[in-house]
Amino acid sequence: MMHFLATYGTQLLSKTGQHLLISAAALGLGVIVAVPLGILLTRMKHGANLVMSLAGVLQTIPAMALLAMMIPIFGIGSTPAIVALFIYSLLPILRNTYLGMQGVSPTVRDAAKGMGMTWWQMMTRAEIPLAAPVIMSGIRLSATYVIAWATLASYIGAGGLGDFIFNGLNLYRSDLILGGSIPVILLALLVDYLLGKVERAVMPKPLR
Amino acid sequence: MLLSMEHLRKEYPNGKIAVDDFNLEVDRGEFIAFIGTSGSGKTTTMRMINRMLNQTSGTIKINGKDISKMDPVKLRRSIGYVIQNTGLMPHMTIQENIEMVPKLLGWSKEKREEQAHKMIALAQLPDEMLQRYPGELSGGQQQRIGVVRALAADQELILMDEPFGALDPITRESLQDLVKHLQKDLGKTFIFVTHDMDEALNLSTKVVIMSQGKQVQVDTPENILRHPANEFVTNLIGEERLIRAQPNILTVSQIMLKNPAAITPDKTLEDAIEQMHERRVDTLLVTDKTGVLQGFVDLDDINRIADAHTPVSRFTQDRVFYVKANALIGDTVDRILKKGVKNVPVVDEDKRLVGIVTRTALVDIVYDALHGAPDANEKPASPINADIHAAATREGGEMPQ
Ligand SMILES: Nc1ncnc2c1ncn2[C@@H]1O[C@H](COP(=O)(O)OP(=O)(O)O)[C@@H](O)[C@H]1O
Ligand SMILES: [Mg+2]
Repeated sequence: MMHFLATYGTQLLSKTGQHLLISAAALGLGVIVAVPLGILLTRMKHGANLVMSLAGVLQTIPAMALLAMMIPIFGIGSTPAIVALFIYSLLPILRNTYLGMQGVSPTVRDAAKGMGMTWWQMMTRAEIPLAAPVIMSGIRLSATYVIAWATLASYIGAGGLGDFIFNGLNLYRSDLILGGSIPVILLALLVDYLLGKVERAVMPKPLR
Repeated sequence: MLLSMEHLRKEYPNGKIAVDDFNLEVDRGEFIAFIGTSGSGKTTTMRMINRMLNQTSGTIKINGKDISKMDPVKLRRSIGYVIQNTGLMPHMTIQENIEMVPKLLGWSKEKREEQAHKMIALAQLPDEMLQRYPGELSGGQQQRIGVVRALAADQELILMDEPFGALDPITRESLQDLVKHLQKDLGKTFIFVTHDMDEALNLSTKVVIMSQGKQVQVDTPENILRHPANEFVTNLIGEERLIRAQPNILTVSQIMLKNPAAITPDKTLEDAIEQMHERRVDTLLVTDKTGVLQGFVDLDDINRIADAHTPVSRFTQDRVFYVKANALIGDTVDRILKKGVKNVPVVDEDKRLVGIVTRTALVDIVYDALHGAPDANEKPASPINADIHAAATREGGEMPQ
């Protein structure tokens, strides 16, 4: 263990950094796209089901296949990995945003409008705050997925902790395999824990 | 005129005509109740006033201004709105809830806070409650907040859609007192949807009875109880309530006999006897030439006089008990019954004789009111109540189309 750290310590740090960066970029893009899209879907009479099932289909493409499909478009490196992981992150966020917004009681929405809120005020002061915990748990779910899948990104040259694992598999070196997979697990747990905190923080006080 | 609605019509996209040719004028300080069967268009009508819905045709004016030309958001901020199930924001404190519209209107923080304290006091709830969340309050307390929240920006017109529906009778009554106080003492104007006839009759200055998108009757509670427009209204009010209400809405003039036996003071004993014989009565009322009641003459007194030419004025008893024609039966009945007289003369504002009311007619009304709606094989004692009973029990008291 000490030996492993002494040899690969700096590399471990930079790979963890890479791993986090790829995951964060993919998740960030996912949030930027899926949250507004999910909100938009609740305003549409038709189309919601279509978009949701489309996102569902994207989710079922095997990760390796999706990564491979990115290469002809984006070449190799971190860009195709981020795009692929971004696609993976969409569904949980989209679904939870949609459900969260749908879950806001019609009475509350009616009162907000009836009292003279503009559309934007209704969104920012009533509906989004009330849907926030559900949206946040979707983001949290996506985050753990993305961190796990980001391991595979090493296959198309994006780096990250997957480098250790794949090297280990090629060289039959269990120390490298463990040295890569244990940090991935810890990272996933840590992020899940922290986002759990955020989820609680965005929850309206009386509902905590 | 605060609010006027003309030829209002609402057709939903599915072709359902929810409101048809609705007309109403509302003065400042009025309390209007919409009542009717479920689906009769009450909510639809109300929601057109703050443009939660847009009418298909017709006009709504507030203070003379056509609301369809106003910005709906601004319009809504100027009208208080109390919805069913309170609609408080669960993620905001009571204070934030109360301050919502003032904040949207850009009031300063100090002014908003001051208003929140004023409003919680108006709701008769403790000031500490401002820091609580709606979920921590009882249903009745939430409903109180819902009502004062609609007043927080000093709106003069307040719309309420079945606000007290799900509350227990005691909470309900205290909230009714609250809104009545707001209307009477602060001059607020309320438009109020209810399915509770007692609530409508007790609170409102005007009741709008609706059925299938149309107004069936628009009038004061007294007039509606007095003259239900048709059998639909009679049924909606209910026979029990109508009969019980009679002493408090019927005036003496409605049950009096017109054309009482009367004589002028300048006539003679002979004339008096002749008239008594003709009308088969033992007393005559005495009125002067202009019809003003002066007293009465009694057969007993006449018997003691020998001279047939004695003028009536000589034996007129001027201590006569009478009632005013526009007095409510409920207000006069006690006095009449206590006097033990059989018949009481009825006079108008100028004390002119207009009729006579018999003890029997009075007793019948009071008896019916105490007894309530008659059973299947009974008949009400008073003919007026018999009419109500007939209307209420007639087959299928539907509104005539
Ligand atoms: N959005 C809608 N689309 C179609 N029909 C509606 C809609 N809302 C209400 N209605 C119909 O319009 C009629 C009046 O409804 P409403 O105003 O809610 O009645 P009330 O409040 O008197 O019970 C009812 O028959 C109802 O079914
Ligand atoms: Mg309704």
